[in-house]
Amino acid sequence: MSANVIEAKNLTKRYNGVAVVKGISFAVARGEIFGLLGPNGAGKTTTILMLLGLSDISDGQARVLDHDPVREPLAVKRQVGYLPDQVGFYDNLTAAENLRYTARLMGLERAEREQRIKSSLAHVGLADVANNRVATFSRGMRQRLGLAEILMKEAQIAILDEPTSGLDPQATAELLNIIRDLKTQGVSVLLSSHLLERVQSVCDRVALFNQGNIALIGTVPELGRQVLGGGFRVEVEAAGEGLEQRIAAIPGVQRVEPAGANRFLLLADHDVRPEAAAAVVAAGGRLLRLSVEEPSLEAIYTRYFQTHEGELHAA
Amino acid sequence: MRREGSALHGFGVVTLKEIADHFTSILVVVLVVLVVATAIAVVRGAIDQIKEITAEDPFLFLRLFTRGGPLPLVALLSFLVPLVAIGLGFDAVNGEHNRRTLSRILAQPIYRDALLFGKFAAGLFTLAVSLIVLWLLVIGLGLLGLGVPPNAEEMARALVLLVVTIVYAGFWFALALLCSVVFRSAATAALVALGLWLFLTVLWPLFSPALADAFTTASDILGVLDTRQAFARLSPSVLFNEIVAVVLDPSVRSTQQSMLAALGLALIERGAIPDAPIPLLQSVLIVWPQIVGLVAGSILLFVIAYVVFQRQEVRA
Repeated sequence: MSANVIEAKNLTKRYNGVAVVKGISFAVARGEIFGLLGPNGAGKTTTILMLLGLSDISDGQARVLDHDPVREPLAVKRQVGYLPDQVGFYDNLTAAENLRYTARLMGLERAEREQRIKSSLAHVGLADVANNRVATFSRGMRQRLGLAEILMKEAQIAILDEPTSGLDPQATAELLNIIRDLKTQGVSVLLSSHLLERVQSVCDRVALFNQGNIALIGTVPELGRQVLGGGFRVEVEAAGEGLEQRIAAIPGVQRVEPAGANRFLLLADHDVRPEAAAAVVAAGGRLLRLSVEEPSLEAIYTRYFQTHEGELHAA
Repeated sequence: MRREGSALHGFGVVTLKEIADHFTSILVVVLVVLVVATAIAVVRGAIDQIKEITAEDPFLFLRLFTRGGPLPLVALLSFLVPLVAIGLGFDAVNGEHNRRTLSRILAQPIYRDALLFGKFAAGLFTLAVSLIVLWLLVIGLGLLGLGVPPNAEEMARALVLLVVTIVYAGFWFALALLCSVVFRSAATAALVALGLWLFLTVLWPLFSPALADAFTTASDILGVLDTRQAFARLSPSVLFNEIVAVVLDPSVRSTQQSMLAALGLALIERGAIPDAPIPLLQSVLIVWPQIVGLVAGSILLFVIAYVVFQRQEVRA
């Protein structure tokens, strides 16, 4: 078995001749959290449905755990857990009953089923409300119930579509913790989102979707270098004479911008904090603060879509 | 391209869940109670009537179904059974869409076949159980009210009626299921299904003779009747009523008999004694095409629903 759990090659989806996913290729490695990011309508959900065999593939091919989702959908669906966008449950049933139904569809034996339902509900913190009807559940609780279903399935891959959309910060934090837990259990996670700040904190790698294409793919720092140039922004707060010239002379620093009294913003191609500290001290200045700003996904995203706006409208 | 695994994996699970849903659904319970209560009232009326008019009818028990004031039990069934079937089926598939449970369920290791087959089987089972209960109640009331046990022939004919009514219910359930697949909004599906029900059970039998007369060039009365009948038979309730009229009355030898009688004519067959009862098998043979037509119609509707559902996009 290859190291990649999901491989997409030239994956294409056309509705009535109009391509909504235009030949994308990517791979998700075992145990990785991979993010599909992009605005609504960029083709993220369509891609996910194709990987699950829930939507036909117009062109190209996909391999999920070495199975073809078109020809062997059951083999894929047995090992992949899916949390749809705004997941729904049967409101007239309790949380445990909802899980029991899907557990039966998975073909779990009774003893195994009850034990797994119990432990997965406990894992997502819904053990107390296991016998409450889902109608009484909040959005965040429903999302967690969806994750409990994936845990119960003991899936090797969890595919989460917009897992945090519409959740309050507290619920989002809880959900992201459960997603991190999945990773520590060796589950590979593919998640889609347009909420960047939150996603950045959990994803190992991301793919940036744009109009049915993958515009960029890689780790967040990589993307930062690609899109923002330079990449590292180091902020130095120090009191002293002639510091600006000294700092500007550090190898790797491309530009220095004064940012208020005794504050300088450095744009550099690598992390220049040690050199900056040494330069300040060597100049006899007093170093007050030194920080590096990681490239944020938000900035990458905004910048990318600003610079490609012309193409967007042309397309 | 062959698919791996059985298309029916998960069928039983879906069926059981749907049956449980039906029997706990307030809508379904209300509909069934309504039909059963009306039916009991009708049968009580029929019993009173039968007691008054005849004491030596050899098929007294069957009159339970066909007598009873302005609306005999079979007419009630042909009118109300579709309503219950539509109530059971109009939100079967679009309900899953709207609750956003469909993609989650289909992400489990089952094919779509299992979901649709399961829903159909569960609906049919629920309808069958309700109709069997109703049937037993009617038989029981008949025993108590008439004080005469039915003979074997009557029981056999009543059983045929039960089976035909279940098939008739299956037709309407398949229609409701098709609407629930085609229309995303449950309200639209319900209204379209109810509109078709009203059209096919009430309006079509009223208007089809006029329509038929516009198309026929036959000058003899039988030719006109044939054309009218052919047109009217596009309605499943007309088929149901024809079957019932023949199966529940051993003296009826033709589905045109009542139409002829209305014109003051009688059906004369060479060598036959008028109004003499014919065996059950002969009765069934007379309406066999109608029975097959109902079954075929149900299958056709279900197949269309199946094809549309298989090709439908999962996403909302």
